[in-house]
Amino acid sequence: MGKIKLTTVPFQGTEAQEKELRAKLADIKKLPGALMPALQAAQGVYGYLPVEVQAIVAEELNVPLEKVFGVSTFYSQFTLNPRGKYQISVCLGTACYVKGSGDIINEVKNILKIDNDECTPDRKFSLLETRCIGCCGLAPVLSVNDEVYGRITTKDVAGIIAKYNA
Amino acid sequence: MYRSHVLVCGGTGCHSNNSANILKAFNEEIAKANLTADVQTVQTGCFGLCAVGPVVIVYPEGAFYSCVKVEDVPEIVSEHLVKGRLVERLLYKEKATGKTVKALSETNFYKKQTRVVLRNCGVINPENIDEYIAMDGYQALIKVLTKMQPQEVIDEVLASGLRGRGGAGFPTGRKWQFTKDAVGDVKYVACNADEGDPGAFMDRSVLEGDPHAVIEAMAIAAYAIGAQQGYVYVRAEYPIAVRRLQIAIDQAKEYGLLGKNILGTGFNFDLEIRLGAGAFVCGEETALMTSIEGNRGEPRVRPPFPAHKGLFGKPTVLNNVETYANIAQIILKGADWFKSMGTEKSRGTKVFALGGKIVNTGLVEIPMGTTLREVIEDIGGGVPNGKKFKAAQTGGPSGGCIPAEHFDIPIDYDNLISIGSMMGSGGMIVMDEDNCMVDIAKFFLTFTVDESCGKCTPCRIGNKRLLEYLDKITSGKATMQDLEDMEKLCYYIKDNSLCGLGQTAPNPVLSTLRYFRDEYIAHIRDKKCPAGVCKSLLQYKIIKDNCIGCGMCQRQCPANAISRTDYIAPGKKLAAMEIDPSKCVKCGACMSTCKFKAIIKE
Repeated sequence: MGKIKLTTVPFQGTEAQEKELRAKLADIKKLPGALMPALQAAQGVYGYLPVEVQAIVAEELNVPLEKVFGVSTFYSQFTLNPRGKYQISVCLGTACYVKGSGDIINEVKNILKIDNDECTPDRKFSLLETRCIGCCGLAPVLSVNDEVYGRITTKDVAGIIAKYNA
Repeated sequence: MYRSHVLVCGGTGCHSNNSANILKAFNEEIAKANLTADVQTVQTGCFGLCAVGPVVIVYPEGAFYSCVKVEDVPEIVSEHLVKGRLVERLLYKEKATGKTVKALSETNFYKKQTRVVLRNCGVINPENIDEYIAMDGYQALIKVLTKMQPQEVIDEVLASGLRGRGGAGFPTGRKWQFTKDAVGDVKYVACNADEGDPGAFMDRSVLEGDPHAVIEAMAIAAYAIGAQQGYVYVRAEYPIAVRRLQIAIDQAKEYGLLGKNILGTGFNFDLEIRLGAGAFVCGEETALMTSIEGNRGEPRVRPPFPAHKGLFGKPTVLNNVETYANIAQIILKGADWFKSMGTEKSRGTKVFALGGKIVNTGLVEIPMGTTLREVIEDIGGGVPNGKKFKAAQTGGPSGGCIPAEHFDIPIDYDNLISIGSMMGSGGMIVMDEDNCMVDIAKFFLTFTVDESCGKCTPCRIGNKRLLEYLDKITSGKATMQDLEDMEKLCYYIKDNSLCGLGQTAPNPVLSTLRYFRDEYIAHIRDKKCPAGVCKSLLQYKIIKDNCIGCGMCQRQCPANAISRTDYIAPGKKLAAMEIDPSKCVKCGACMSTCKFKAIIKE
């Protein structure tokens, strides 16, 4: 498990989001082992899990915040950092790695000047190293939100980013 | 009655390659040609040959179109569907021979396969329960509920010799027997679909292509052990699989094949999906259950085994997706049929996800006992670009490498263990001469260090130390003593870790040491990476006789490491350049800019 990075971006959740989350949690808390589905729902509403949101989950499920924090920091899909408008994911699964995805991610880092699991200051781009996303036939693979770019080289990276920077 | 069917692959590989829009284009073009009543389009699961996706098959001819683009659709509709002429240029071509192959079943890729687990993948529409039922779906559940006692079900599975496809190969029937015999009124059935091995996507393809096969098998298991509730733990990274599985569960409930009083027999069974959240360790059985219970997914000490104390402290059967996908057919066709495939100790088939340096990237299902050579050369089409095969890696971060010298070993559980690898869940990554084996070992170790849950010390700290040794080796700072110490540490971690993740984490190091020790020694003693991968050991050099002295490289170099010499090569007008290794930052800019192949790295 990697280091825990707490965000410095101020929490901007709305009342409507909180209402939506509490309504969802009312159903979820009836399940045995409700914490994971609860956090998944919370991330669905807010896009990430700042401490403020984890506190709502803790209160609704009646578990200590410390336990919620323990679970939210254990799993890599839960993120405590906001995502950029465009989330760039680079697959570092074996098939992509042997086809050079390590160079691809370095190129992204160079261009955007951010590290893995970070967001650009304008909240436009964020970068995430991902595990195998399963389309190994397209290796190496980079995706921007739901758009997948396969069989790319480092030379293609700048062009792909420029498309979203327009 | 439709006169033609157009099957468009909707597996993750093809989906990422725009197959949803291809399906849409077909529907539009077919409507334009007034063929809606004659031609049916079907979105199927994975056909397996992901390398040439998006893939489209048109029946009754069975025409196999590969690398289809949205722009190609009007031509397929107007030529093939309207005029009955195959679109020759889009038909799949055998890469080795360049021969055009008309039907999927004629390809070398398919000829050597035996599709049991994948029998419906790429054949039926996974979002329509009627298509599954038309392929004898739920017949096994009906047979079990109306004609068999729970013990008879277990006996049949035991007799088939089916072993767990998740990696370790524990006999499935025995697992069921233990759980049936365990004391307790509440029991659970669970499915491990947390397929986390990098490069493996067998389970995802089954869930995407044939989700009902898993649901049916879980209901059969529940009947056999006396459970009423089941959980499928799926990776959240597999959105298409999750969605199709949920659709399948809803349809099965609607048809009375899940829920209360199934088929009027009084048997109750309900199924729920739980999403993982990206923790590799949750593929370990006790960690998976801890995660479903809503905790950090840390493994527990065994015993007690899940068969006695599993999910929520109750006796639980946990099997992998592929294991379940065999069950209904064993019940229908009998244990003897299943035993007729495979080797004595490993019955049936195994699905592998072929990836890496191989022509036919994709999903293959072979009878156990098939040789590695057949898989890589005949089915996989060999290594591309005329490169030499170096090793195949099986078992992901828990497994090891199989070098060319074991090319003819029949693949089964025990043979792979005996050569220092393992079956694993089925990822098979092919590596060629350009891959550095120390770097590969480092890659897997980085993965396990990242994914270690931190509960036990040998895994948490030991693997980190192990990775540091590998770092030292790949940066040319290690000694032969380090190599010796590293090997000792490997065995220490294996012997002392709590769960499968830690116990197998050193395997990639041990197996590469076993077969490629000379590469380790080259890194340590000669400070060289023979494959030219490890950056800090690389040297860029200019072959002066090839250099025309144009100076392009000098202008590209960010470190001012390139200067002009006095030497003018025969037949050239300007003096050749050279690189000062002490200034070179090894970015490779010079090499990619040189048009005369005068710069090499070694």
